[in-house]
Amino acid sequence: MSSGDLTAAEVQVGQELPPLIHDVTATTVVLGALASRDWRPMHHDKDFAIHRNGVKDIFINTPNNAAWFERFISDWTGPKGRLGRMKFQMTTPVFPGDRMVLSGTVTEVTTDDTGCCWVGLDVAVSVDDQVSTSCKARVAVPADDSDNPWDRKANQWQP
Amino acid sequence: MTSTKIPEIPPEVYALIGQPQYEEETDFEIAMGYVSNTCAAVQNGNPLYWDPQVAEEITHGQIAPPTMLSVWFRPHYWSPGAEGERLALQTHFDLKRLLDLPEAIVSGNEMVFGEPVRMGDKLKTCQIIRSISDVKNTKLGPGRFWVVDVQVENQRGEYVGTDSYTCLGYRSPES
Repeated sequence: MSSGDLTAAEVQVGQELPPLIHDVTATTVVLGALASRDWRPMHHDKDFAIHRNGVKDIFINTPNNAAWFERFISDWTGPKGRLGRMKFQMTTPVFPGDRMVLSGTVTEVTTDDTGCCWVGLDVAVSVDDQVSTSCKARVAVPADDSDNPWDRKANQWQP
Repeated sequence: MTSTKIPEIPPEVYALIGQPQYEEETDFEIAMGYVSNTCAAVQNGNPLYWDPQVAEEITHGQIAPPTMLSVWFRPHYWSPGAEGERLALQTHFDLKRLLDLPEAIVSGNEMVFGEPVRMGDKLKTCQIIRSISDVKNTKLGPGRFWVVDVQVENQRGEYVGTDSYTCLGYRSPES
């Protein structure tokens, strides 16, 4: 967790986010599935995952994948960072035993018509240096210390 | 593995594209316990979700992480009077059945976030099929991709977000 909130002035295109490394266990997968209320068996039943899904083990589910991305991004922005949009593509599942590495790069820094400062990010989960999930995210950050993206409502918020 | 095993898309399935379905409201109370479980699962220490004072200062009360959007519409696995397994994203499971594709995975997800979800909110949702692809031969087997949007608003009629899933329904070579 960063100690303060990132402001737009501190962000540049090409900047890399501090990586996040997590060793995935069966508990990681099951905790994430149950926390996201996903009861589908491929996220807790290894036999089902192998014989019905044709994969080697249970694997991290979609909402939990999103929660990992969100944690990774808000670790960097601080609590005033407000997600506007997130799109991700899962290429290969993440299994127990995998060392998951989250990485990210700033692709865009813009200010919209309402004065909201947006940061575009390319983010990825990799295992053994192979990208398993790629993600494009758009997060609003404060313009300065007096700004707070969470105060924006209705047409002042254009994610 | 051949695509000839996959039947044509029935006209009644085409007719569902773009139609709001399964309009429903959250059937359990949105509460911080769910938020804590999610943050604990990914070791998210964001004080917005752990420190009520920080939440008051920044978001004027406790909210849920935006990416929890789908969590609020996943039913309890069982509840009194319910028969069989209760499923989230029912439209997806309908398509598996209607297109005769027994297996499916989520291959992509896009979320757009509007007003944050606050504790005690009552959310409304509907599901909309956006597209169904031609038959594709994939590593998992022949099948089709489809996109389903889940749109969410709160009890004040404010836009909360859209959760859009790209799914692959397929037949494994053994089936």
